[in-house]
Amino acid sequence: MDNIFVYCETDEGQVAEVSLELLTKGRSLADLLKCKLEAVVIGSGLNDTERQIFPYGADVIYVADDKRLYPYTTLPHAAIVRRLFEQEKPQIGLFGATSIGRDLAPRIASALKCGLTADCTELEIGDHTETRTNKQYKNILYQIRPAFGGNIIATIINPDTRPQLATVREGVMKKEVLSPGRKGVVKNIDTGKWLNQEDFAVRIIERHIESRKVNIKNSGVIVAGGYGVGSKENFGNLYDLAHVLGGEVAGSRAAVDGGFIEHERQVGQTGVTVRPKLYFACGISGQIQHRAGMDQSAIIISINNDPEAPINQIADYTIIGDLNEIIPKLIKYYQKNTK
Amino acid sequence: MKGFKIVLLAKQVPDTRNVGKDTMKADGTVNRAALPAIFNPEDLNGLELALRIKDKYPGTTINVLTMGPARAAEIIREAMYRGADGGYLVTDRKFAGSDTLATSYALSLAVKKLSPFHIVIAGRQAIDGDTAQVGPQVAEKLGLPQITYAEEIISTDKKEVTVKRRLERGVETVAAPLPVVITAHSSAPGCRSRHAKYTIKYKNAKSLSELQESSEDYLQLHKERPYLLIEEWSVDDIGADVGQLGLSGSPTKVKKIENVVFTSKESIVLSGEDSEVDNLMKDLIANHTIG
Repeated sequence: MDNIFVYCETDEGQVAEVSLELLTKGRSLADLLKCKLEAVVIGSGLNDTERQIFPYGADVIYVADDKRLYPYTTLPHAAIVRRLFEQEKPQIGLFGATSIGRDLAPRIASALKCGLTADCTELEIGDHTETRTNKQYKNILYQIRPAFGGNIIATIINPDTRPQLATVREGVMKKEVLSPGRKGVVKNIDTGKWLNQEDFAVRIIERHIESRKVNIKNSGVIVAGGYGVGSKENFGNLYDLAHVLGGEVAGSRAAVDGGFIEHERQVGQTGVTVRPKLYFACGISGQIQHRAGMDQSAIIISINNDPEAPINQIADYTIIGDLNEIIPKLIKYYQKNTK
Repeated sequence: MKGFKIVLLAKQVPDTRNVGKDTMKADGTVNRAALPAIFNPEDLNGLELALRIKDKYPGTTINVLTMGPARAAEIIREAMYRGADGGYLVTDRKFAGSDTLATSYALSLAVKKLSPFHIVIAGRQAIDGDTAQVGPQVAEKLGLPQITYAEEIISTDKKEVTVKRRLERGVETVAAPLPVVITAHSSAPGCRSRHAKYTIKYKNAKSLSELQESSEDYLQLHKERPYLLIEEWSVDDIGADVGQLGLSGSPTKVKKIENVVFTSKESIVLSGEDSEVDNLMKDLIANHTIG
């Protein structure tokens, strides 16, 4: 009772990045609340998942391994999570804000009549006083998320209902191994008893899933371009810089819409959230939606011919000028100083 | 076959995509009046999916169900101009402040009132909240399977529907028994525009509130053409328990709202001179950011 649960997604036996990020966050919340961190993994061929999950800090893993449970369908996963939550009464339940998590979590919230906050960007523990009744709440979950098209940041709480449920977008939390050899308790779920035929009413007929080709999220250096880059050809400069620095190229939504760069490299609210050591924003004005996806970068360098571009407000360095002249200089002086 | 009975869940939303300077008030709250009220974009994708079923199976009826203030009748009328058959506005002050759980409770009761139905279609999410929760929550409350992120309804018969879903890295085709709840993804076809015939036919479709507000007298017209009335349903009409609605029925509370203001960091401004770029690179290498 009163533990923290993380629903772990798997893809062919591999635990999803977002789930490992949630385990890392869940571990720190569990330490604050002095409770256990428990993982639930539902799928097929899950022999290796314990080895993947325990190092991130879980104390207990519930495993439902059944060939009918992979690929994901809503009803059987919802039936298992619901029953587990009813039985174990967690105080917090976390899901990835993925096509799976956003399909599953609302179903659970509805069944348990509890609160759910979508697409959180931060989770904190804090207290709350209900102003009307003066009722005090200790150590509840602050679920922080952008709202209203990213124009406001809302802190949402569920003071009276448990579990407190939240989905969190991939890449927002940091993933960190707690200890590589860590072990815990594995509890197997008897799917024969927990599920019935009606849970399999929806059948998957066909799936075409592409493997992830580029992974800008894990790159320590990102060279991103916006509409101000001007053309697909000019993006060549960005690729050159990324190449010498061992980084990846990314783009703002305007650059993607302009056809300068492919969608899977888009950073921002409707793209990927990144937190590299170094982020170059080249010809990016810095709309709120873009900044939401990169403002956690350790160092931001803006290259822009507009000294008033909003991106400059969050940049550590702003270089005013033509990026087609400045980027070759960056390459030149990087190479000079590393020789 | 006499076609399908479809219920479309739709919402009128402030257009958060065109946020301007006067959108936020000085106190950090949203100035809703500065934003136009529009038909939620993915609900229009849902309407198109419904209309395509109607194109294929004559006799299909599409009823729009929306919850909101009196003016939300506008989107019901808009849907009728594009080919929907009618609509119901769930409206009551007691709904104010409802979160997704309370909203889905009210909508599920209203959907039940429209039984029997074959398919409930909704947009994946509304742009003022982006939660994508109401569709699945309505499905759970109705005890029905759900198909989220629908891009195309491939086939339907009286027993089963086959749907192509859009996922992060691909597509998936699933089959589900009827009745079912489907949520439409923005990658589904955009909605057709108004049809001249329907625009004329439903021009005077009005809700009771609108009839009372209007200076013109539609009484005779509505008597002759009862299909022009957009029914309004209150808490009592849908048989809802008030304790499960509004603020008291909403487990999520807003603790704090902050206007997004990016605090300026100490930014070093460079002109791009060779010596400056040289020093910048030296610094970045020295502090192990690169190198």
